[in-house]
Amino acid sequence: MDIDLMLRVYPFFIEAAWVTILLSVLTAILGLICGALGAAARLSRFVLVRFLGAAYVSLFRGTPALIQLFILYFGGPQIGIQLDAFEAGVIGLGINAGAYMTETIRGAIISIDKGQREAARTLGLSQWQTMYKVILPQAARLMVRPLGVNLNMLIKATALVAAISVIELTYTAQRYIGSTYKPFEMFLLAGILYMIIIYVTGRGVAWLDRKVQIN
Amino acid sequence: MGLDFSVVPKYFDILLLGCAWTIGITVAAALLSFFGGILFAVAALYGPLIIRLPFRLIAWVFMGTPLLLQLFLIYFGLVQIGIDLPAFVAGIIGLGLHFAVYNSELIQTAILSVDKGQMEAARTVGLSRGQALRKVVIPQAVRAVIPPIGNNMIALLKDSALVSVIGVSELTLSAQRAIGATYRPFEFYLMAAAFYYVINLGMEWVVRKIERRISISR
Repeated sequence: MDIDLMLRVYPFFIEAAWVTILLSVLTAILGLICGALGAAARLSRFVLVRFLGAAYVSLFRGTPALIQLFILYFGGPQIGIQLDAFEAGVIGLGINAGAYMTETIRGAIISIDKGQREAARTLGLSQWQTMYKVILPQAARLMVRPLGVNLNMLIKATALVAAISVIELTYTAQRYIGSTYKPFEMFLLAGILYMIIIYVTGRGVAWLDRKVQIN
Repeated sequence: MGLDFSVVPKYFDILLLGCAWTIGITVAAALLSFFGGILFAVAALYGPLIIRLPFRLIAWVFMGTPLLLQLFLIYFGLVQIGIDLPAFVAGIIGLGLHFAVYNSELIQTAILSVDKGQMEAARTVGLSRGQALRKVVIPQAVRAVIPPIGNNMIALLKDSALVSVIGVSELTLSAQRAIGATYRPFEFYLMAAAFYYVINLGMEWVVRKIERRISISR
């Protein structure tokens, strides 16, 4: 193992790790927004809106995220969408993650006992009040852990933007594998940084999950 | 530059060939990940410490890093140690190992949740430990986790697009080839997405069918 080489290039990997973190944070925020909208659509009273929500989930979960990224980044200019690679990465991955989060959020909401809604309605709360004051606070507690799984997948999925040349961790590893022919060492550097990011996020989610549970 | 789908039919057979590769790679990697998953699970649970520890480490690394990075390691790493495999073999190994680790986690939990009495009864009737595992415990454990393994296989199909990056001419790379000749990325990536979607539907159907057949009726 070439420790010297690793010591020489690791600053570039650290720098790239920050790009991966920034990508993950922005993608997670966009994913949550899309997921919340998607879940609202899936649970809507209107058939057409429900159908749109279902189509969103089915199409984006039924095709590879890599292809979605390519359509947006390489195909976008043809339909007047000009994005740089980083923007395309965040938007593409965010919309993709949103499809998975839609199902997570919807799953948590529909698992709340029907009696809760009926009781709230009986007490005279409106549809909206029932949702915001009764259903969502309970559902939110159930969402933390599965959304944590979504977040874990999302962080690893940010590696895909290497294919559209965003200089994040995987792209950096790939570039140095190409120039040094030391795949193991480069994998080790990038892998350790990914595992730190994943580990810290996992602990954060676990902490939040404990925090929101009522005992 | 607007959209023009009239160029697509000319490249239809290239895309279809790409589909065949995608399906072939997915099936091969799925089989590898299934049997590899069982092997990993048994090694991780019953192997001696010297096997158990490296397995835990490998599982931890594979679940904590992106598949794309693992593919680079396997493809270029094999070349570095003098094994010059075709890219599609490296791709199958990479996808197969990656999902074997995920399957192994499922199977381990399932093995542990098979009633202890099953093992004890099997030993009592004279089966060796290995036989009891192979013929009694593992079949029950695997059946119990067929649905989540099925979901992993469906995820595997979509992740098979990643092997285009190491140069395997499956659907994604076929689309890229057509784009190289026509400069029509939107049309061809959209076509590729449509093909993936159809394969995905077909695969879901097959997986659900297998589930119904293999799962224990409750």
